[in-house]
Amino acid sequence: MSGSSPILELLGQREIVVACGPGGVGKTTTAAAAAAQAALRLGGRVLVLTVDPARRLADALGIKEIGNEVTEVPAEAFVTADGAPVGRLFAAMLDTKKSWDDLIERHTPDPATAARIMANPLYQNITGRFIQSHDYIAMERLYELHSTGEWDLIVVDTPPTRNALDFLDAPSRMADFFSSRLLRWLIAPARSGLFAVASKPFTQVADRILGTEFLGDITEFFVSLQSMYGGFVERANAVARLMADERTTFLVVSSSETVPLREAEFFVSQLVDRNLSVGAVVLNKVLPDSLADPGGLAAARGLGERAGEIAGEVAQVIGVDEEALVRVLGTIAESYGDFAVTARREAGARSRFEAGGAPLVSVPRLDEDIHDMAGLLALGNLLIAEP
Amino acid sequence: MSAPPLVDRRLIFVTGKGGVGKTTVAAGLAQMLADEGRRVLACEVDAKGDLAAAFEVPAPGFTPERIGDNLSLMAMDTEASLREYLKLNLKIPIVGRIGPLAKAFDFVATAAPGVKEILTVGKLCFEAREKNYDSIVVDASATGHIIGQLAAPQAINDLVRVGLIRSQTDWMLDILSDPVQTGLAIVTTPEEMPVAETIELAGKVAAETTVELAAVVVNRVLPERFGPRDEEVFSSLETPAGRTALAAALGEDVTALLDATRLATSLRRSRAAHLETLRASLDTSMPIILLPELFARTDGVRATRQIAEHLEGELR
Repeated sequence: MSGSSPILELLGQREIVVACGPGGVGKTTTAAAAAAQAALRLGGRVLVLTVDPARRLADALGIKEIGNEVTEVPAEAFVTADGAPVGRLFAAMLDTKKSWDDLIERHTPDPATAARIMANPLYQNITGRFIQSHDYIAMERLYELHSTGEWDLIVVDTPPTRNALDFLDAPSRMADFFSSRLLRWLIAPARSGLFAVASKPFTQVADRILGTEFLGDITEFFVSLQSMYGGFVERANAVARLMADERTTFLVVSSSETVPLREAEFFVSQLVDRNLSVGAVVLNKVLPDSLADPGGLAAARGLGERAGEIAGEVAQVIGVDEEALVRVLGTIAESYGDFAVTARREAGARSRFEAGGAPLVSVPRLDEDIHDMAGLLALGNLLIAEP
Repeated sequence: MSAPPLVDRRLIFVTGKGGVGKTTVAAGLAQMLADEGRRVLACEVDAKGDLAAAFEVPAPGFTPERIGDNLSLMAMDTEASLREYLKLNLKIPIVGRIGPLAKAFDFVATAAPGVKEILTVGKLCFEAREKNYDSIVVDASATGHIIGQLAAPQAINDLVRVGLIRSQTDWMLDILSDPVQTGLAIVTTPEEMPVAETIELAGKVAAETTVELAAVVVNRVLPERFGPRDEEVFSSLETPAGRTALAAALGEDVTALLDATRLATSLRRSRAAHLETLRASLDTSMPIILLPELFARTDGVRATRQIAEHLEGELR
């Protein structure tokens, strides 16, 4: 394999590859396939980290369960015709609750504060049920794993975010939040034992809406968190810096369908606006070019119109029932026509796609679903095929 | 207990994994109900403008806009929802006094988890309660987020024991938990991951929310091309001898034609298997609505109408 595959080049040069893009386009599978190729061909210790709450990666990697702890994918799982892998492949999944607990323990000054935070009903809800916390902790965990220095390459897939790049904004939102004046208002009374004049109207309104008890929970929660303030903000900033670092690149994954493409284009523009590196755009499930070929369409039309005559000539030669062959030829013409419409439409959408200067990598649609390492490697081969 | 079918409920949430056609199905459903003469509000929760694109109209705001005889469209905006809520409930001109509302809102939303979710679900329940519409079709969040949203009133209820919010979540829960008024549809495609996620989600909906799953919509079902005998005939055509004979009779290269048909049949076969898995995993009484793959040139009104017609065929 020469170095002219844009994907292989990225995998060889960067330390973090973030697969992002709309949902349902094979982001997780693409991340896993890319990581497996890196371990197979480039060597080193490669980690694929999935932050998707739907646990799909374990299936594709053939591991029973991927937990918060890093698990090695056994080398014999991906010995191929090209030989054994030169590197090692590991997988880990993001466990939101566990990662939050680790984070709290790390940043609190003493175990008592950690225990108080974890016992707060608000904390349990933030970590368990709600979405933004997932976005934040995903980036935090990526940072954590990267800073151990144990990995030559980390390929991470991103949560299906409501807004394109929520997960990127999460660290800075978290930092903003801790530095906000409103937070100081809210916790001022608890700290001083007096109601600060400035906080009074806010507290009164909040009290009416939320009720005293809940307000108490909120206040206590943030007073406890306050002890983590410095560490938290510093950390959030470090995470943001790592994303912008030249060691990190983004792989925007999409299909060729209208809606995902529109979203992918938006992703690219957002990444460009933030001066983040768009390494490549991967378009999955692309229909073969032969379907969009006008010659094929003429052939299909001819086949449909002259099915009776053609069946008469062919049936005897290959020894099949003529009547059945007429039916089959009609179906072939029809099914080609159906897929040709889709293929032409998607080819058009691809040619209009604004990739912001990044290479566009098309991966053909596979007949079968990927559910094992062999499938993942086959997909990976297509992913790193030269253009 | 016999709850009405999904389409006869007032508040219909439509969810699904990204890329399965959730928005198209929500739009088709809204169109179908409007065509039947119901007053319909279609609401896009993620505010990406996809629902508006399905009707080929400009993206709406928080205030519903009429886009057809019986059809109005709105986009969820949690900040606007908060504004409306405060205006209706606090009866004080807080909006002008609390400084930049956006900032305060961000603060509250981050501080008190579930606030964004409750404002979304709250607005929809509010519209259902006011009965200005016969049907509210919600192009809801994707599978990863829907549980957090639908479970938010219960979560808040567990956290907050008194106060204005508590009294609000009680009536919301009444509406959400009532299968006569509210139902959820999961849209999927007959593919491996979407089916696996649908099965997982169906379990979570039952375990973690009070909303009833009322139907599963399977989108992009491919037509049956060949019977078993025709399949054999096709295989004979695919042999070198078959290809040569066919190319000679047609006078054109047939590789692409045969490849396309092979792709179509193998896709069809794998999709049929996934559909079976889905059927086997769901409760036998769960309505499964099948929609065909549309080999269309574009998305938009035409596709939305086609989906509406197919839905009508399946449901009426």
